[in-house]
Amino acid sequence: MAVNWFKYSSPPAFYPLAGRLIPWFAAAAAVLALIGIYVGLVVAPTDYQQGDSYRIIFIHVPAAWMSMFIYLVMAVYAGIGLIFNTRLSGYMARALAPTGAMFTFIALWTGALWGRPTWGAWWVWDARLTSELILLFLYLGYISLYAAIDDPRRAARASGLLALIGAVNVPIIYFSVKWWNTLHQGASISLTKAPTMAATMLTGMMIMAVAAWCYTIAVALMRVRCEILEREVHSEWAAEQLAREAR
Amino acid sequence: MNGGTMLGAMRSVLARDLMLAGRRPVDVVTALFFFVIVVSLFPLGIGPEGQILHAIAPGVVWVAALLASMLSLTRLFEADFVDGTLEQMILAPQPLSLIVLGKVSAHWLVTGAPLVLMSPLLGLQFGLSGEALMILALALLLGTPALSFIGALGAALTVGLRGGGALLALLILPLCVPVLIFGAGAVDAAATGMETGAHLSLLGAFLVMALCFGPWVTAAALRIALD
Repeated sequence: MAVNWFKYSSPPAFYPLAGRLIPWFAAAAAVLALIGIYVGLVVAPTDYQQGDSYRIIFIHVPAAWMSMFIYLVMAVYAGIGLIFNTRLSGYMARALAPTGAMFTFIALWTGALWGRPTWGAWWVWDARLTSELILLFLYLGYISLYAAIDDPRRAARASGLLALIGAVNVPIIYFSVKWWNTLHQGASISLTKAPTMAATMLTGMMIMAVAAWCYTIAVALMRVRCEILEREVHSEWAAEQLAREAR
Repeated sequence: MNGGTMLGAMRSVLARDLMLAGRRPVDVVTALFFFVIVVSLFPLGIGPEGQILHAIAPGVVWVAALLASMLSLTRLFEADFVDGTLEQMILAPQPLSLIVLGKVSAHWLVTGAPLVLMSPLLGLQFGLSGEALMILALALLLGTPALSFIGALGAALTVGLRGGGALLALLILPLCVPVLIFGAGAVDAAATGMETGAHLSLLGAFLVMALCFGPWVTAAALRIALD
C-alpha cells in the first residue's frame, strides 16, 4: 500500500493527527522521566570524585543535547518552508523555538548549579558555556523577530531565514569561542576528560534524553495545533473545529 | 543584459547613497562621535590606571566599533522602504544582490571607514604601542566591512518593523561574535608581542565569506520583507 506522506503536510490533515499523537508522547515522556529519575537518583552509584552532586547530569546533559538538536530541527523545518513554500513547516519551526530556548536555559542553569560544587564557580567562560549562551541569544532573536512581524507569512519566512543563518553560524561561533578560550588560557578545566561513566549512569541519562525528546514532540505538537487554528481561522475547517471545541 | 549595466547599477546605487549621506553629514558624524564617546567613557568608569586600560583597550575599541556600526544600520533600507525606492530596486532587471552590495559598500564608506581612521587615536589614549595601533586599524579595516554585511542582513529582516533598532541588535550581535573575538584577539596579540597573522587571516576569511554570501542572503530577506 502506498502511503501519501504529503497528505500530512496540509494543516487540516495534520491537525487531527497531531491531536491523536499528543497523548502518546506525553504519556511516554512522563513514564520515561519517572524511570529516568529513579535510575538516576536511586540506582546509579555515587561518583567517587564528585559525590552526589554529579546527579544533576541526568537533567543537564539531556537538556544540552536537546537545546542543540532542536535548533537544528528548527532550521531544517525553516529550510523546507522556504524552499517548498509549505505553511506547516513554518508553524513547526515556530512551535519548537520556545522549547528549545527553555532547554538551553535549563542547560545553562543546571550547569551553573553543577559548576559551583565541582569547579568552585557558578560560571566560567568556557567554550561550551559561552556558545550555549550565544545559542540562547539566537533562540531569543528568532522568537522576537517572529513576534515583531504582524503578517504571519512574512513572520514565518523572515524568522525561518534567520534560523538558517543561525544554524550556519553555530559551528563558526563554537570554534571561534573555543579558540578564543584556548588563546586566553582561561579556566584550566577540561570538560572532555570526564571519568568513564558507570553503565547505570549512562542508562539513566539515555532514558532521560528519550523522555526529553518525547516531551518536546508532545509540547511542539500542542503548540503547532494552536498555531494552526490561529493562522487558519479564516478557513472553513478551522472555524468548524473551533466551534466544535468551544462546545 | 551585459556585465557593464549590472555593475553600472551597483555603481549608481553606491554613488546615490554616498550623495545622500553627503547631503546629511550629521548622520555620518553621529556614529563617529558615538564611537569616540563610548570609548572615552571606559577610562572614566574604570579608573585611570594605565595597566588595566592597556589590557582592556582592544576589547573596548572593538565593542564600541560594533555598537557604532549597529547604530546607523536601521537607516540602511528604511528610507528607501518608506518612499518605495526599495520596491523599484527589487523590480529592477539588475540582480538585487548587486544593488545590495552597492548599498552596503556605501554604508561602510560612510560609517565604517571613519571608525578605522579614528581608531589609532583612541588606541593612543589607552597607551597602545605603535605596532598595536597599526594592527588595530588593520583589524578594523578587515572586520568592519564584515560587520556591515552581517548588519545589512538584520536590517533587511527588520525593515519596516516597530522598534527595529533594539530588535536588530538582538538579531545581529550574536552573529558578530566571531568577528569580535578575532578582531580584538589580533590587537591583543600585537600588544603582548605575539603573532597576529592567524587572527588577521581569519578576519579576512570572514570578510570574504560575508562578501560572497551576505548580499545574496540580504536580497532574499528583502524579497521576503516586501513580498
